[in-house]
Amino acid sequence: MDMIKAENVLYTYEDGDTQILQGISLAVRKGEFLCILGHNGSGKSTLAKLLGGLFTPTGGKVEVCGMDTSDEKNFLAIRQKAGMVFQNPDNQLVATVVEDDIAFGMENLGIEREEMNRRIDEVLQTVGMTEFRKSAPHKLSGGQKQRIAIAGMLAMRPEILILDEPTAMLDPMGRREVMRSVESLCRNDGMTVVHITHFMEEAILADRVAVMSEGQIIMQGTPREVFSQQERLRELALDVPQMTSLAHSLIRHGADLPPDILTIEELADRICPSR
Amino acid sequence: MLKDITVGQYYPIDSFVHRLDPRFKIIAVFVYIIAAFFVKTYIGLGVLFAFLCVCVAASKLPVRMLLRGLKAIYILLAFTFVFNALLSGGETVYFSFWIFRLTKEGLVRAVFMALRLVLLITGASVLTLTTAPITLTDGIEALLRPLAKIKFPAHEVAMMMTIALRFIPTLMEEADRITKAQSARGASFDEGGLLHRAKAVIPLLVPLFVSAFRRAEELAMAMEARCYHGGEGRTRLHVLKFTWRDGVGTAAFVALIALIALDASVFVVLFPMLSGSF
Repeated sequence: MDMIKAENVLYTYEDGDTQILQGISLAVRKGEFLCILGHNGSGKSTLAKLLGGLFTPTGGKVEVCGMDTSDEKNFLAIRQKAGMVFQNPDNQLVATVVEDDIAFGMENLGIEREEMNRRIDEVLQTVGMTEFRKSAPHKLSGGQKQRIAIAGMLAMRPEILILDEPTAMLDPMGRREVMRSVESLCRNDGMTVVHITHFMEEAILADRVAVMSEGQIIMQGTPREVFSQQERLRELALDVPQMTSLAHSLIRHGADLPPDILTIEELADRICPSR
Repeated sequence: MLKDITVGQYYPIDSFVHRLDPRFKIIAVFVYIIAAFFVKTYIGLGVLFAFLCVCVAASKLPVRMLLRGLKAIYILLAFTFVFNALLSGGETVYFSFWIFRLTKEGLVRAVFMALRLVLLITGASVLTLTTAPITLTDGIEALLRPLAKIKFPAHEVAMMMTIALRFIPTLMEEADRITKAQSARGASFDEGGLLHRAKAVIPLLVPLFVSAFRRAEELAMAMEARCYHGGEGRTRLHVLKFTWRDGVGTAAFVALIALIALDASVFVVLFPMLSGSF
């Protein structure tokens, strides 16, 4: 089943003639972990906001759980179904206490108090932040803040999680924390995840990778299929994961290796099978 | 660190006063302030002082915390005292120069005014010291809610205050960072005259404003993504409850009002000497 369906989506900013998105068609299946890769200005962030129903397409159509995002009647329902987490952790937390912030979305949906308290416990456990329930957000690290933002979204019981570069402003540790939570959500709880990033290492975790450039999706496939095309990615000024890049250099120097290596373990196994 | 500054300097301990309903505390402080303005005698002032002492004792606040609050107004206190002492007029003149006359009546009045001001400030700071800012906001929202009937945006005002409170530490941190960045480029913030210093603040304020606007835009987007659509149909995680403590507090305040009213009427009649109306 398709959770999100985008058909030939066009998007132009109100003021400008620059077309940010030039005909994007994309379907996100239930329980899938989709990663959208792209350079700055490729339109990936705009696409995220269109998929989450925050922007409406200037041409074409976006459907979330079968609801047209252009129809104003659907706004609230779509925003509840598709939870969005943004880049800057500081600019998406509303309240001065963690539990209040997680409650914010639920308060907007008019959920009962007992249910709110139950869900707060539950989502804090999901992101592994139970002991911070009464903390002030500004005392938390970037990775912790992002996990709280994710928890706040989960509390609204969404069917899809759209993450708009949630790791871009974090240090490597924070990035790992957040990705661990996201991966577990998708693999263990069956959450549909659309993850927008420019970190190749994060894309390895996905079921499917879509590469964007200048408002179009130009490559699509499993991480293995996409990253094995190193030359093509380089033309787009995109990197490949470190190990893929290393494997390619080794191949150029005559090593007998497959071109679709993604992780350290894989490469180690290939080089030294008897390990 | 700048980061650790909290608004209204909330003093987080657990006490009877800390646990009072913020709605009650806000109303109580208003009543107290009005009472302080109505008091016309030293006896009334004494009643108010005794009452304040009971409140402070019940709040377990260290007295030096309250005195620190007075430091901020010592200039105001000094002015109040000097002007009342020199400009009040009266019969027993100790000293006179140009339009200034130091009189016995003026001195008595000046002491009274200064004490009244001290009681006012100390009373108000008991509220901010015992109530977390966010609880205070909840209280204000609850009290303003009836005004929604006449189209007063009670929910919006409270939401603005909450967001302001949330972003104060964030913006402080940012100001800190910009100061360092500008210092690294050779800017100085603590040298030269007043004008020079005021000018030095501009390269700090401009980036801070730009970033605050950007943050506001992103926050608005994030709030929309979380289904925010105004106060309509919203539930609350925290519900304010009127407890037995607030009952006790209310009784105490009724007693205070009665005493002050009594003071204003009876003592003036019985002891005109002592009360010497101001």
